[in-house]
Formats: sequence, structure tokens, C-alpha cells
Amino acid sequence: MNDVTLEVRNLSTHFETRAGTVRAVDDISFSVSRGRVLGLVGESGSGKSVTGFSIIGLVDPPGRIAGGQILFQGRDITQLPERELRSLRGNRIAMIFQDPMMTLNPVLRIDTQMIETVLAHAKVSHEEARTRARDALGMVGIPSPDERLKAYPHQFSGGMRQRVAIAIALLHRPDLIVADEPTTALDVTIQAQILAEVQKLARDNGTALIWITHDLSVVAGLADEIAVMYAGRIVESGTVADVLDRPLHPYTHGLIGSVPSRNRRGTKLRQIPGMTPSLLNLPGGCAFRTRCARADAACEQDPPTTEPVAGHALRCFHPQLEVVA
Amino acid sequence: MTTWLLRRLIQAVFVVLVMTVIVFIGLHVIGDPIDILISPEADQAERARAVAALGLDQPLWKQYGLFLWGGLHGDLGRSFVFNEPALQLIGGRMPATMELAVTAVLLSVVIGIPLGLYAGLNPDSLLGRTTMAGSILGFSLPTFWVGLMLIMVFAVQLGWLPSTGRGETAELFGVQWSFLTRDGLAHMALPALNLSLGNIALVLRLTRAGVRENIHMDYVRFARAKGLSPARVVLVHVMKNILIPVVTIIGLEFGSTIAFSVVTESVFAWPGMGKLIIDSINVLDRPVIVAYLMIIVFLFITINLLVDLLYTVLDPRVRLENRQ
Repeated sequence: MNDVTLEVRNLSTHFETRAGTVRAVDDISFSVSRGRVLGLVGESGSGKSVTGFSIIGLVDPPGRIAGGQILFQGRDITQLPERELRSLRGNRIAMIFQDPMMTLNPVLRIDTQMIETVLAHAKVSHEEARTRARDALGMVGIPSPDERLKAYPHQFSGGMRQRVAIAIALLHRPDLIVADEPTTALDVTIQAQILAEVQKLARDNGTALIWITHDLSVVAGLADEIAVMYAGRIVESGTVADVLDRPLHPYTHGLIGSVPSRNRRGTKLRQIPGMTPSLLNLPGGCAFRTRCARADAACEQDPPTTEPVAGHALRCFHPQLEVVA
Repeated sequence: MTTWLLRRLIQAVFVVLVMTVIVFIGLHVIGDPIDILISPEADQAERARAVAALGLDQPLWKQYGLFLWGGLHGDLGRSFVFNEPALQLIGGRMPATMELAVTAVLLSVVIGIPLGLYAGLNPDSLLGRTTMAGSILGFSLPTFWVGLMLIMVFAVQLGWLPSTGRGETAELFGVQWSFLTRDGLAHMALPALNLSLGNIALVLRLTRAGVRENIHMDYVRFARAKGLSPARVVLVHVMKNILIPVVTIIGLEFGSTIAFSVVTESVFAWPGMGKLIIDSINVLDRPVIVAYLMIIVFLFITINLLVDLLYTVLDPRVRLENRQ
């Protein structure tokens, strides 16, 4: 059996606005295999969330998938009719959102919100659905799940709500989970617990996981592979060891340099000068060149994707080969 | 819960008391009903006798005391004009107003919520834009003018619907109702529509605004990400959140619809409480006016209480015990 759960090929997602076309996701390709974790890293506005929503087919107008393929278990789901896509959503492909305070409906009880998810994809009795919901709550470490089923979201803390959201995502033991910064809004202690649990659950069930985050330290501990996004493009990708220990792209260097570290105590934190460019009027060529110290005339052309080291891809004319501290 | 209810009831009693004082003093200032009630040829002795018979010779505080005492025993005075207990008089007219008001509110829900949902989900569609523009008219056109136009078009020009009276009625629980007969329903159509137009516009706009606001919330996206059908997302997830403000408004509007059906009842000669109160004001029939206002106050208080109780059903975050 093919182990690649999801393969994204040359995906572009555009938003048609009055001011022009926003290329939120521009020609990106990556893949995730069973039981593997892909960290999708980038700043706000780099297109990582839009990538997630494109995969699950929930890009709202004026956005649309403008090109490329999303092969889920070998099937291109960008071509699926809405009804079939819906039978995948929440069933084979699940998503966890960023803000647990907002993702659960405040006026519906937890059991309602879980049971409807079970019943949307499985022909089982109401009692059976409730049992599955309870078991899922137990699995993510919510104490006395039978009682908690009857509670409303506001009776849970943020961390508990995210656990409920994760439990909902796990209800049908999906083949792929897209997690969009699910621990950003949580305390570090809760974050660590949830990271450990998700990692274990994904590994046990053979679920492929796409973990979208801006936090390199989260990815370092969790992911197998990393894809770094900048202005809608993947600028560098490879294994965690490759990308984090031997980054090649100047942007990845900048990102790693921006993380405070004990090794560089007392020295000024390095910053990436400038800001993420507006996606409306991206500079032609490499989008990072206006902020890049190594940029020259060559960078006005679109850099092609190259693989200087096997399995370590990047889009840059001037890869940075020396090692950073 | 019990404490909350008790507190609300005590508040209600105070509201009623304050209302009686205002009404009593206000009516006293407006004018002396005796000048209207007795014939201009009556002599001084006759006049004095009439004044004494109606209890108008007593000082105001004493009249008020007597009224309160009577009120405690369920007696809000006798009409000067009809010489009938005021409550009985109003009670006899109440079913007509009630069925009109209930129909009007039902119409505003049945028409307003679906249209609002549609306009909210398809804000750029032709129907969505038309309903929004139309709802502005629903707000701003005066009721009496719309009523006249409805009569002009549907009763005079087209001749489809009758324009005055309740039509044929049928008895249920010892009361005559129009809505039980075909003819009665035909008579009710125009006044009910007239009375509901403003409410339709209000409910429609509120529903639309709610949909626009909620549809972009994360919980909607999450519900869709769970693979739920669009119908369930809108009708269960979004609707339950929108209903909270809509129910409040419908509740409040139900009170006002009853209280201010006066204009519609006058235009369509609908024999309800509204028409009675206008007639009573014209002849300064004090007990009827007071009794009418008391009933309206009572209705408002009851409806508000019910709306608050409904809140707890709709919004689990509302806990009555914690209310101040």
C-alpha cells in the first residue's frame, strides 16, 4: 500500500479582491506519509493557514484554488464535488483550529457537537455515537467524560476546550489531521501535554499530521519534516535535522536567529529587517529579496526549486552554506 | 432561580404601583369627565349628584386609595359610559386584539426569519438586496398610511379582501374568535399584515445581521470542517446563536403590538381593545383608561419575564442565580 497520505502538487490558492489578485498560496508542493508529522512554518500572512483550509476544501470566497492538485490517498480532492468532499471532511481529513475559545459553538452542549460529528459519517445509533464521543473524550485525557459530555463549552478551560476539539477531530480516526496552530493560544504546560498526546495518537493510529505553526521550537520537538513558507511559497523544506541544523535559505536563517537562545545570551537578538510584504504587490522574483542581505540582480528572477542535498529542497539563488550558531 | 423570580415579582409590583400613580395624576390633569358625561342642560343639583355617584367629589388621594383597594379585589372600577366593570369591558374586546397581535407576530417570525436567513447567506443576491431595501420601507412608512394603501389596493381596487370588522366568528372556550372561520381569516389578513410589517422588517434585519456576524465565526468553520451538512450548520449552529436577540425583540414587540394596535384597529375598524381605548379617551372614561393601561403594564411585565426565562433555555451562559 502506498504510504503517502497526502501529496500537494503545485497548489495555488488565490483571493480575488477589488484591489487585485492575492496569491495567498503560490505554487507549493509537499507530501506527508502515514504516521509522519509535517511542520508548516512561517510568519503571519505567509499562507500557511490558507494551505490548511485548501486541503480541507474550506477556502471561502473570494478565495479559490487556482491551480494544482491535492492528492489524498492518490485521489485529487480539488476535483471532488462538494458532497463527496464533505464525506471526507471530519471523517478521513480532520482539522484542529487555532483558538479553542472560538471553535466550539457556545450554545450547544459538548455531546451535541460530538454526536453530530459521529452521525455525519457513520450510520450508528444515537447511543453508540454517544459512547464513541465519550471514549474520544477519555482518550484525550478529559476526566469523567460521561459528565463532561453534558457540559457547555464555557464550562471548560481553554486547554480542555482544545482537547475537546482534538477529540472531535479524532472521532473517526482520520488518515490526515491538519492542525492550524492549535497550541498557540495555550499555556506552555498545556501546550506540552497536548503536543505529547497528539504525537502519540497520530503515531498509534498511523495518522499523517500537518502541524501549522510559527513556533520553530514546537516543530523541532514534534515534526519529522519541515516546510518553511514565505509569502505564499515554500522556500525551504526537508527533514527537521536538515532544515533546523543546516538551514540553507536566508529566510530560514533569519527565523532561527530570531528565536531567543541561551547560547547567545547577552548578544542582541537577530531580527529579519523589514516586514512580510503585502501579498497584493509582491516584488517580482524572489519575494524575500527586499529583506535579504544576499540579494542581488539574479534574485529578480523567480528562483527555481533546487535540491542541493538529497531530500532538502529550497528556492534560492544564494543558499547560505555556513553553519549558524 | 426562586430568589431571582421573587426579586423580579417584587420589582413588578413596584412598577405597577408607580404606573398607577402616574396614570391617576395624569388623568386628573387632562380634564374633568363630568363636563362630557352629563348633558349641558343639567342643573347644579343634577351635576352634584352625578359627581357624587362617580366618586369624583372625593379628594384625589382618597380616589386613589379606593382604586387600589378595589384593584386588590380585582375590581378596576366601572366604566362611566357603559356602566359595566372596566375589566369586563376590556376583557370582552381582548380576544380580538390578541388574535390580531398573535397573528401579526407569527407573520413577522414566519416571514422575517427565513427572509433574513436568505439575505444573510446571500447578501449580494437580488432577493437579498431587495428585501433589505424593502425592509427600510417597512420601518419608515407610517402604519396608518400603509393601512389605507392596503385597503385601497386589496379591498377597493382588487376586491380580494374585506377591509372592516372581524367577519364571521366561531366560539372556542366561550370566546368568539375570527381565526376559526374562513371569513374571519379573510377579515384578519389585511390588519394583521399591516400590524406586522414593521416587525417583519425588524426581525428580518436582526436575523440578517446575526447571520452575517456568525457565519464568519470559527465555530461555523469548525462545524463545516466536521463534515456537517450546510443545512445543519445554518439551522442548528448559526440559528441557535441568532435566536437569542431575535427572541428578545419578538417578545418586546409582542407587547408593543398589543399596546399600539390602536392605529391599525382604528383604520380597519377592528373591534379590539385599541379601538375601545381611543373611544374611552375621547369621552374621558377614566376607569376604562386606567384599567387598559394596567393590563398593558401587566402584559409587558409578563412578557419580559417570559423572555428572560427563555434566555436560559437558549443561552446556557446565562445563569439566573448570578443576576443582580
